[in-house]
Amino acid sequence: MASAPVSGTAPESPSSARLKGLTLEEMKAMARKLRRHVITMLGAAGSGHPGGSLSAAEILTVLYFKEMRYNAADPNWPERDRFVLSKGHAAPILYAALAESGYFPVEELSTLRKLGSRLQGHADRTLTPGVEMSSGSLGQGLSFSIGVALAARLDSRPYRIYVLLGDGECQEGQVWEAAMAAAHFKLDNVVAFVDHNGLQLDGRTRDIMNIEPLSDKWRAFGWHVFEVDGHDLAELSKALEKARGVKVQPSVIIAHTVKGKGVSFMENNVEYHGKVPSGEDLERALKELA
Amino acid sequence: MPVEMSTREAYGRALVELGRTNDKVVVLDADLSRSTMTSYFAKEFPQRFFQCGLAEQNMMSIAAGLAASGKTAFASTFAVFAAGRCFDQLRMSIAQPRLNVKIVATHSGISVGEDGASHHAIEDLSLMCSLPGFTVLVPADGVEAGLAVIAAASMEGPVYIRLGRPKVCVICDVDYRFTVGKAVTMRPGKDAAIIATGIMVWEAWQAADKLAREGIECRVINMSTMKPLDEEAIVKAAAETGAIVTAEEHLEHGGLGSMVAQVVMRNRPVPMDSIALKDVYAKSGKPEELLQRYGLSARHIEEAVRGVLRRK
Repeated sequence: MASAPVSGTAPESPSSARLKGLTLEEMKAMARKLRRHVITMLGAAGSGHPGGSLSAAEILTVLYFKEMRYNAADPNWPERDRFVLSKGHAAPILYAALAESGYFPVEELSTLRKLGSRLQGHADRTLTPGVEMSSGSLGQGLSFSIGVALAARLDSRPYRIYVLLGDGECQEGQVWEAAMAAAHFKLDNVVAFVDHNGLQLDGRTRDIMNIEPLSDKWRAFGWHVFEVDGHDLAELSKALEKARGVKVQPSVIIAHTVKGKGVSFMENNVEYHGKVPSGEDLERALKELA
Repeated sequence: MPVEMSTREAYGRALVELGRTNDKVVVLDADLSRSTMTSYFAKEFPQRFFQCGLAEQNMMSIAAGLAASGKTAFASTFAVFAAGRCFDQLRMSIAQPRLNVKIVATHSGISVGEDGASHHAIEDLSLMCSLPGFTVLVPADGVEAGLAVIAAASMEGPVYIRLGRPKVCVICDVDYRFTVGKAVTMRPGKDAAIIATGIMVWEAWQAADKLAREGIECRVINMSTMKPLDEEAIVKAAAETGAIVTAEEHLEHGGLGSMVAQVVMRNRPVPMDSIALKDVYAKSGKPEELLQRYGLSARHIEEAVRGVLRRK
């Protein structure tokens, strides 16, 4: 099982210690559960972005329930691995993962987007335990992760930094400024994921602004590139394990995914980038994820 | 012959001082370290200096990540790029989460001179004062710049420090006390108050000197903290002098004049005028020529004071 060495006397997270034992089957069930949370909370909120949350369910599952070391009871534990959500509109899948990891009660998910809630429409590090970065304006998460990674190096801390980007987000120029810098600084403690679901708000990514050949681009910027089926938990785990062995350069995992994954009528449907199912559709979605 | 020093030179020296006493201090620059003077720090503390190349937006978000990991991050570039090009990064990566990043922007205003409009930051104060949670400092000379840098490092949260390119007269004496959020009365006076910031404090002082020869006593206030604004000093000046002129090396919209006017309007309306750039981009020229050409000199302040006195 992939796991970074725990340094000194720092306490191992009770929740991650327990959850690290999840089998592949249990992780599959967890991904399904996270999807159900996403649909339920967005249904209750009446607005939000389901498509890009559903496509990232396995990525978040493998990170929070296998790969990362953290302590939900102490969100600021200095040795924790960091997850940075650069595509901030996928906040619901992050909230679902954080709730199931014990950062806050699962019941709180129903407060999403409501006045007074700790769960804002886009990720907010000032309010939500476990949220590392305020995001929602695309393109900034990888740069932020570089700062966290440089601090880890200065402080000789072994923690790792995982950052999730959207494929549409790769149209932002800052992503490539950061890609260049992470390789320049030889940050092998950074692993980026691109949730490559092929859709963005206005349509298909290749029609809106083509980002291909995406792997070649990252490679040319000096990154070690993995390409995986982003819904295959075993493939994702394997890539993460291999990434631990990559030295002197950062790793990117291009995760080929399906937007709206898990709900038949939302899959590959651009309408559901920023639309929430309601009424019968909501029931149908939850039934499919039951 | 008055002593002269640029505020950026003072910054470079203060950073080295900080680096020696505070190992949390890290510094970032975007290929301008020999102009912003962070090169001094880079030379002495290469491990804690991050050269980001020509990618200012990336630099600001990296600074945020360093700050989120317990560092006191100083990020420097020219003011046009710091505030203008990186506004969204300052907003989302730094201001909203209130991270401990100090943006130290040099080459502000039209006193940059010959480089011309592309390099004249004349909107930055308006932009930076608009960001909730940011502290905005505009030192008047090298002495105050050094003190402001030390003060910024000792406080938690985002700070913007506006510095200049040219050497400027040292007007703060050795025992000058700088406190964030406190205006400093540089010269007493009961007839009118000149509230100035940055290099305009020296211009204000010269204007007050000239007017004093005619028996007009102007209070000169150095508003080196633009945010949070020292409202008490402004209201006191309005009440005790009955006329106010503001002076800044910045556009009049959203700058010091606007901010002082809001305080005066709510608390103690008195005749006011503002010395600032009037909705234009300046051209290339020598700093002192530009200050004359665009109405930002001691002579213009003097005229403005006469104007408000007539309306008293």
